[in-house]
Amino acid sequence: MDGGGMWIAGYGAYVPRFRIAAEEITKIWGEEASRIKEGLGIAEKSVPDIDEDSATIAVEAARNAMYHAGLKDPTEIGAIFFGSESPPYAVKPAASIVAEAIQATPALTAADLEFACKAGTAGIQCVMGMCASGMIRYGMAIGSDTSQGRPGDALEYSAGAGGAAFILGGEKADAVADIKHTCSYTTDTPDFWRRPGADFPSHGGRFTGEPAYFKHVISASQMLMKETGVKAEDLDYAVFHQPNGKFPVQAAKMLGIEKGKIMPGLITPLIGNTYSAASMLGLAATLDVAKPGQRIMATSFGSGAGSDSFLIEVLDGIDAKRGRARAVKSFVDDKEYVDYGTYAKYRRKLKSL
Amino acid sequence: MTTGTGLALTWRKIPERYNLMGSKCDNCGESFFPSRKICPNCRRRGRIRKEKFSGKGKIYSYTLVASPPSGFELEAPYPMVIVQLDEGARVTAQLVDTAYENVKIGAPVQVVFRKIQEEGKEGLIHYGFKFKMTPGK
Repeated sequence: MDGGGMWIAGYGAYVPRFRIAAEEITKIWGEEASRIKEGLGIAEKSVPDIDEDSATIAVEAARNAMYHAGLKDPTEIGAIFFGSESPPYAVKPAASIVAEAIQATPALTAADLEFACKAGTAGIQCVMGMCASGMIRYGMAIGSDTSQGRPGDALEYSAGAGGAAFILGGEKADAVADIKHTCSYTTDTPDFWRRPGADFPSHGGRFTGEPAYFKHVISASQMLMKETGVKAEDLDYAVFHQPNGKFPVQAAKMLGIEKGKIMPGLITPLIGNTYSAASMLGLAATLDVAKPGQRIMATSFGSGAGSDSFLIEVLDGIDAKRGRARAVKSFVDDKEYVDYGTYAKYRRKLKSL
Repeated sequence: MTTGTGLALTWRKIPERYNLMGSKCDNCGESFFPSRKICPNCRRRGRIRKEKFSGKGKIYSYTLVASPPSGFELEAPYPMVIVQLDEGARVTAQLVDTAYENVKIGAPVQVVFRKIQEEGKEGLIHYGFKFKMTPGK
């Protein structure tokens, strides 16, 4: 088979329409809204409708990516990886649901991946390898989550829902961006987990910061910069995993990257942490505004713990594909607020549901 | 444990439910959803083939379901619409992401992929098409 290259042929996003404001949650738990908003850097988060889950969100993102890439024949896709920490089934792939919904079946490989918030970028690396080796011509990596936060926990202000799909491969002349390099940094760091059958995750509070998020994000980003010789000032944009609105700003500061370079991709303050989709939606939002020739560094983070870092160069092909699919901003701006009761029903937080 | 009496039926309907696969008669040009094996207009002369509908159309009629069938209690009240697809066939489905007062006959809609029903906490999850109003440009 004629393998595709390690470049992005197209990408697609999806964010559910409903939002719950931090004020609506603090009202229930008797906390100060201004303190939460300032502490977490999150004003509101996305809430999936009662009939949405990580599979339906993945399908919407995948279909948008197909429009964006302009792929006429979906059976040209040779691999689909679905990265999520909230899959609809414990056993039964969601990747096959996506494959069927975009009509890429049956001659392809597919699998679900889990690595907390970074399973989607791990999928991008899998597809890169398969394209580069000539195994497949096109491959799709998806990050999609409808994550849960325990009522009353800090996570309740941040755990949002969303998805992003990236199609890699094909001809470089048609591609929107070239993935110049990738590297990863992984250790066994127990900062956040959810046991089988548990409804809500457990986390290490402050332990999720310094030894987990910052150590992995900074180490992977520094490794990428060292291996490529690219310095902070050579980058036009940077995207980091965004569990809240503050960590990525701090990470950019630690790496000497100007705050303005991360702003186009910083969407957690408005839609919450979309887990496996967070860094991928940030990258998609950045690509939405980037110009040919510009350089983007994107570094994900998954608890448990690891980071995948990518150096991406925007190609001329991006201009021709702009506007084919809905931009991330249009999903962020299209919203309807729900109250805590509706949110509790949609997220099935009541015992009877 | 063996479960899910409708498994084979559900599985057979995946192309129809996920991708609006219907059929079209090349003799008279009429589109059908769900798909037909024989064209009711042309009978023997019919030349029926599968057709994937675009998922774009207009609201032909609508109603609000306040007293839902079992399995849909949490979603009620919800709008149901008959959509006249661009290809001609009419489809009945739920309308999502739209306040009922904004639903209008003739409004453009597009297909979305949603969860239709869950068989309890351990059973199969059924996915398929619903519609939403096309956002104004």
